[in-house]
Amino acid sequence: MTKHRNSIVFWAGVAIFLAAVLMMTQMVRNEYPFFAGYVILQFIALAVAWSILGGYAGYVNFGTNAFFGIGVYTAVALFKATGAPLVVQIAAAAFVGMALGFGVGLLTLRMRGIFFSIATIALAIIIETFVMNWRFVGGAAGIQIQRPPVMAPFDSYVKMLFFVQAVMVVIAVSIARYIQNSRIGRGLQALRDDELAAECTGVPTLKLKLVACMISGALISAAGAPAAMYLQYADPSSAFNLSYSVSALAMALIGGTAHWIGPVLGAILLGSTQQLLAVTISSEVNVLVLGIMLVLFVVGAPKGIIGLLRPRYRLRAGGKP
Amino acid sequence: MDLLLGAVVLGVLLGCFYAAVSVGLSVSFGLLDVPHVAHPAFLVLASYGVYQLNESYDIDPLLAGLALTPLFFLFGLLAYRVYYETFERRGSDAGVRGIAFFFGIAFIIEVLIILQFGVDQRSVTATYIGKSWRFGEFRIPIRQLVAFAVALALTVLLAVYLSKTFMGRAIRAVAQDEEALRLMGANPVRIKQFAFGIATAVLGIAGALLIIVAPVEPTLDRAYIGRTFCVVVMAGLGSISGTLIAAIILGVAESIVLTLFGASWAPAISFAMLLGVLAVRPQGLLGR
Repeated sequence: MTKHRNSIVFWAGVAIFLAAVLMMTQMVRNEYPFFAGYVILQFIALAVAWSILGGYAGYVNFGTNAFFGIGVYTAVALFKATGAPLVVQIAAAAFVGMALGFGVGLLTLRMRGIFFSIATIALAIIIETFVMNWRFVGGAAGIQIQRPPVMAPFDSYVKMLFFVQAVMVVIAVSIARYIQNSRIGRGLQALRDDELAAECTGVPTLKLKLVACMISGALISAAGAPAAMYLQYADPSSAFNLSYSVSALAMALIGGTAHWIGPVLGAILLGSTQQLLAVTISSEVNVLVLGIMLVLFVVGAPKGIIGLLRPRYRLRAGGKP
Repeated sequence: MDLLLGAVVLGVLLGCFYAAVSVGLSVSFGLLDVPHVAHPAFLVLASYGVYQLNESYDIDPLLAGLALTPLFFLFGLLAYRVYYETFERRGSDAGVRGIAFFFGIAFIIEVLIILQFGVDQRSVTATYIGKSWRFGEFRIPIRQLVAFAVALALTVLLAVYLSKTFMGRAIRAVAQDEEALRLMGANPVRIKQFAFGIATAVLGIAGALLIIVAPVEPTLDRAYIGRTFCVVVMAGLGSISGTLIAAIILGVAESIVLTLFGASWAPAISFAMLLGVLAVRPQGLLGR
């Protein structure tokens, strides 16, 4: 009964959020809030997507930038080859991201701890090197993107991207929420606490990890797909920038990974702080703040913001009664 | 043919240099099991320290590196203390948060370097930098020879220290069986802390070699995550002699690919080799 009521509250919240975003695009004249808001929404999607594998299963993925970059370049290549519309680009990016997640998962998910993390960095750099040597999408020099005309009811492309990214946040959050409450989520949490014990009690650990890796990868790639349209430009070193990995990981860990709301909170808090700092100080200071917050939270508040807010999660995620 | 031979020779020189930058990780990660992703960031930090000393006081880079070692030793003691108190002592969940911790430290170091020195490349000056020896067809830069000699000496010294001295043996013992050492009345945490200090102190010299071999930039540590972990994993965790062999294999492989296919493929080689080793022979060449 409470579960049912929770669902109603959740979907009502989603409807209100999307309606508010749509209203905002129709009423606010100034474009800057959409520029900044897009980035924050993008980080929410990334942090939530990261936590499906990194938080629920405890596999620290440093390769968020690989999936993000693959999303960017799937969109770019498709747009350059066929002029496909944004929705098709995003769908294609999600599909490629899922396929990559499957491949990465098969290759690396048997590795534990640091080996898995380093392997994901390795994949990111190898893929980046391939894209750098790929002439069709501009190689290392990058490629300019000409935005197609904007569709109604939006009067500017950035506003449209803002709305699209808001929809992706909703998709990412509802998938993360569904997984958390389903058998998959419980299985992932069991294997995070003790993989061997989970395996012994009949949890199909490798299958669950593969599913998590594919979903997480698809969502990250999809969130990256509109980035080239947003910047009107794409180049390998920014599309595959390691700071996407730090951001996704830091935001999820700072927010707390025991519940899907954690990454959302972390991304909103850090994302808006960063947008503020980027305007007032510099982008280097952004990354510094991110790094310091990550280290402080990891040391001082292991369960993140939600652990501070609700002591219940501290117990649940710690694996002790 | 001569081109290939030259590539192999340069690769061996490069490989010994890779051994010097990896040997500290072989102790901290290989022996002590600390997920030290920030090792290459400390390395680049040492290079910038050497650069600063060379720039302001005109000190020879190698001497500057040597001067940095006590500082880095203390640095290592402190880093291990924090790591131990926050992760190892509390036990649970150390994996995820320990990795994130060092990842965060690496990023902080990177940004601090950018804020202090900017994103441009920096290099040092010394009498042996810029000249080269000619052997018939190919030339060997003297800076490479200097780095090779110092790196080889450093690696061999550390190997001897770990196998012959009392403290070195204690470090290997703590890596093998911490409980047994505790029962014999030793304090494993202090031994580990000391070992971590040594592993970090070595980076003073290694950082000097890094900036002698080529100019450095703040984000150089990202490429060295692949190289150092590739060497340590390929070597077999904690094996110092394996480190030298694995590093030479990596150096030669990089040098040959560079000669045949060009520099744009270079960053991926060490990572590709690392993935290959992890997939095929995770225990490494001389693995336990």
